[in-house]
Amino acid sequence: MKKLLILGAGTAGTMMANKMRKHLERDQWDITIVDQFKTHYYQPGFLFIPFGMYTKNDVIKPKSDFFPTGMHVIYSKIDKIQPKENNVLLADGVILKYDYLIIATGCKTAPEEVDGLKDKLWYKDIYDFYTVEGAVALADHFKTWKGGELVINVSELPYKCPVAPLEFAFFADAFFTERGMRDKVNITYVTPMPGAFTKPRATKMLGDLLEQKNIHLIPDFAIMEVDNDEKKIIDFGGTEVKFDCLVSVPPNMGDDAIERSGMGDDMNYVPTDKHTLRSDKYENIFVIGDATNIPTSKAGSVAHFAAEILEENLLCAIEGRPFTASFDGHANCYIETGYGKGTLIDFNYDTEPLPGSFPFPGLGPFGLLKVTRMNHYGKVLFRWIYWHILLKGKEMPIDSEMQMAGKKL
Amino acid sequence: MATKTYAGVNVELNDEGYMTDSSQWTKEIATEIAKQEGVELTDKHFEVLEFIRNKSAEGATLTIRGINKSGVVDAKSFYQMFPGAPLKKSTKIAGVPKPESCI
Repeated sequence: MKKLLILGAGTAGTMMANKMRKHLERDQWDITIVDQFKTHYYQPGFLFIPFGMYTKNDVIKPKSDFFPTGMHVIYSKIDKIQPKENNVLLADGVILKYDYLIIATGCKTAPEEVDGLKDKLWYKDIYDFYTVEGAVALADHFKTWKGGELVINVSELPYKCPVAPLEFAFFADAFFTERGMRDKVNITYVTPMPGAFTKPRATKMLGDLLEQKNIHLIPDFAIMEVDNDEKKIIDFGGTEVKFDCLVSVPPNMGDDAIERSGMGDDMNYVPTDKHTLRSDKYENIFVIGDATNIPTSKAGSVAHFAAEILEENLLCAIEGRPFTASFDGHANCYIETGYGKGTLIDFNYDTEPLPGSFPFPGLGPFGLLKVTRMNHYGKVLFRWIYWHILLKGKEMPIDSEMQMAGKKL
Repeated sequence: MATKTYAGVNVELNDEGYMTDSSQWTKEIATEIAKQEGVELTDKHFEVLEFIRNKSAEGATLTIRGINKSGVVDAKSFYQMFPGAPLKKSTKIAGVPKPESCI
């Protein structure tokens, strides 16, 4: 029996399990997936929790609901990978052998990386919304908050779902307006980037939206520490921003098991060929999703498009053929802008987000870099699509390769 | 795209004044670009520039926090050495592309 081992049963790992079980004959290939947690989180839903739009129950389901039949599932911590021996050591001492390994161990927030962030004000006046615990605690905090300085801070790049903190700012504007207390809440968006976003057109569009909504932007801010007594964040250049409520996107890091295996860069991301998705060092190891160091967004949409590429290339490797699929870094992000509207960006390694319509040229129904009601419905519908189609590895009517048709240069 | 003469060499630059061919870089060129940026280079500067050139060659993402953890220089001194916008200035002087976040 040959063995395919998948580490991590999040979005990327679960999709790969479903895709590969269809291709690989059960009497020839064992497929095993390992994850330490039994709960699958719909991470795009975390954003909605602080504003009372979703509850915890809207974003969790058992992981076991999404695995195909005919594979092994092991719930255990991973100690380390021994890539030269084709072994994976689990925390309880079990050794798993593999012929091919898919690393899909993702990334997580690491608030302890910033001095003073996870200190006495943590979950009192300082919150994150990238964990279900943080999002739920913030929802409780907002229920009785009297207003003041609301500061949203991105610690450093890269971080998961780059548009989420902007969406948070837009939602906060709408939320406090609807509560009749927007005049008591001053919203400031503090980012290490030179503007609201990175690429020129999306930065302009999103920067204009911040201005329209009276959200202040402080760019080029590399956070050094949080002063819990004076309630301010301080950057390495000496700039200080006072807060009453700090919503932080802490530094993101790859899994500790990657560090223990000596396979990561200094943020524990695995060096990966950005087109083939194979490990830079090991021929029988592939990497997908947030665990990689490929230069695109850490987002479910990227994992989804990459999964179609990896499905094809892994089969090429198994059958001893040259790789036939090449990943272009495609990302597709619905961005909530508040008041039941949203915008949409679609881009890849080489093409910045451009205006236009998606997925059908001229027809849409979604508008790129436009604020429309339909874009918001796209995001809302996506939760259903995620649970029922995407995780199961079924076909979606969207090309994995980014399309220029429908975009305006 | 333009060329400019630094230390007697015709250097290719992009619109923002960053060198497009990192292999053209020499310490003499760096000294002249630094002067233009209002920075007087010391041995410590060159140590930092070398670190940045190596990281860039590896394709790694340069961040202030990454530099702070590098062991070469702490972030506070980095700001003092390249005042204002340390990452933008140091990469320009090091002859590598301006750090771009690819998200």
